[in-house]
Amino acid sequence: MSPTHHQHDPATSTTDPKRFEVLFDGRPLPAIAGQSVGSVLANAGIRSWRTTRVHHRPRGLFCGIGICYDCLITVDGVPNQRACLVPARPGMALSSTVLGHGPFETGDDTDD
Amino acid sequence: MTEHDPNTASARPRYDVAVVGAGPAGLAAAVAAAEAGRRVVLVDAGEQPGGQYWRHPDEAAPRDDESLGHHDWSTFTDLRARLHQLSARQQITHLPRRQVWFVERPTSENDRPTHTLHLTTAYAEATHTGVEAPHSVTTDALILCPGGYDRQLPIHGWDLPGVMAAGGVQALLKAHRTLAGRRAIVAGTGPFLLPVATGLAQAGADVVAVCEAGSITGWSRNPLAAAAVPSKAREAIEYTAGLIRHRIPYRQRTAITAIHGSEAVQSVELSRLDRHGRVCEKVDTANVDLVALGWGFTPSLELITATGAATRKDIDDSLVAVVDAEQRATVPGVYVAGEATGVGGALLAVAEGELAGLVAARDQQMQVSQKNVQTLQRRITRYRRFATAMHTAHPVPRHWHEWLRAETTVCRCEEVTYQQVSAVRDELGAGDARTVKLMARPGMGWCQGRVCGFASAKLAAAQEGRELTGDDLRPTAKQSFTAPIPLEQLAETPQHK
Repeated sequence: MSPTHHQHDPATSTTDPKRFEVLFDGRPLPAIAGQSVGSVLANAGIRSWRTTRVHHRPRGLFCGIGICYDCLITVDGVPNQRACLVPARPGMALSSTVLGHGPFETGDDTDD
Repeated sequence: MTEHDPNTASARPRYDVAVVGAGPAGLAAAVAAAEAGRRVVLVDAGEQPGGQYWRHPDEAAPRDDESLGHHDWSTFTDLRARLHQLSARQQITHLPRRQVWFVERPTSENDRPTHTLHLTTAYAEATHTGVEAPHSVTTDALILCPGGYDRQLPIHGWDLPGVMAAGGVQALLKAHRTLAGRRAIVAGTGPFLLPVATGLAQAGADVVAVCEAGSITGWSRNPLAAAAVPSKAREAIEYTAGLIRHRIPYRQRTAITAIHGSEAVQSVELSRLDRHGRVCEKVDTANVDLVALGWGFTPSLELITATGAATRKDIDDSLVAVVDAEQRATVPGVYVAGEATGVGGALLAVAEGELAGLVAARDQQMQVSQKNVQTLQRRITRYRRFATAMHTAHPVPRHWHEWLRAETTVCRCEEVTYQQVSAVRDELGAGDARTVKLMARPGMGWCQGRVCGFASAKLAAAQEGRELTGDDLRPTAKQSFTAPIPLEQLAETPQHK
């Protein structure tokens, strides 16, 4: 899927917002100033970036407004940030959280 | 009372009025109180004012389609302009990207009813951006305008990526012009489903249907209430025209009763409902990559309960603050406006916010026009009547829980299934929402029950065969901390007695 697949054409904008890239698991994604991390990922067609700790289910955006904490993501090494709230910044490094590296898992307490 | 606390790194500024929330109610409250001569601090989790209703693109890169998808936009831009003027005069201190994590109540009953709000940042990086904000503020009057969020009912498969709250889908469109999917279905109940569907279609998505669990004939029972608010009638006509223009079917008494997919949503099952919300028949399946769900709204009540103010169950089964005819809560010095007094939409929230701001100023011996107060009260009565008609026409289906399967996730955070919730009642005798929460753990995770709290409360009542009560809803609304904070921040906070 093209990274711009979901992007709405901002043909009517009066000021061209600053464009830059962020990195998601090392992959560059296009972003504009003021855009949330969740919006950047959604535009790129990325729908989940962590797994749950009990059933290892994929999760991404759900409430979209900072209530549900489903969209937690690691931003520049800081875990458990809400993707729907954090604004994208040039060069920001986003990391998906897979089981064994998540907020509640360590190498010690995962027995599977 | 000291202005600076030796135990905190930063000062603790004192204000006449603190307003929490910069949505329709909070903006109106802050502006009204400041224009009446009060020094106001406006604390808001958002990046920029407007709240969820007037969420809009980044103001740093102005665009002429800022108002796209919005209603009453000039009401917002007027309030925003006054906020900027009052901020420039230092009559209002606007603290964006800040959440209240703890409300410290007045120290003694004889003292002035001062409250201290302890603040945290909405996200980690926010500490490094924008103005330096204090860790806490003290205030003589506290106006709480926390707004609300989409109310959800668990549906089998609703935890799959691509299933979103209708308001979240709308937020992506309003703020970023982002389409969360290409082929969408919008389902639940209430008029808010319509702008979400037409917004998606306008932005280029294929919207396969709007599924309304109720029926719009419910409105015919209250024609006067609807007619009393002509702007709402115009909105309804506009949405209906939008549905027709984009050829979006509006399917009444229809619900999504299961969602399927492996890594993300692929299809939904649609069922026809009877008048009581029982499934009559499975009618269809639809292939989609986006499901937008909303069953009305849940007001955020945790700050209200943190002050010790009384709450009640409203007509739509939401827990709301008890307020008098001038927006005063049952605790001295605390006022509540907007969805937290009863879900009713932005214009009602603006009127309530303005009234709360005026009354808070008047309670502090400022001159306030009694005529303005009365005009606002009449407007509030009219909008409230409309809201009541809306809630009556769009109830949560009485038998929705019969759609659930044993393995359906009820609590998304703790991954608690319907079977597990049922088991603690059937096998361990848990008969109320609080006991169910303690035993099966729904509502004990990251979101603290904000998403599943309503459904868990309804399930507890339904399984006991009784009506929902305020006590079923209160366990979720009451939280030790109103936002998650890092332990370091807790350790830095001064101890009071």
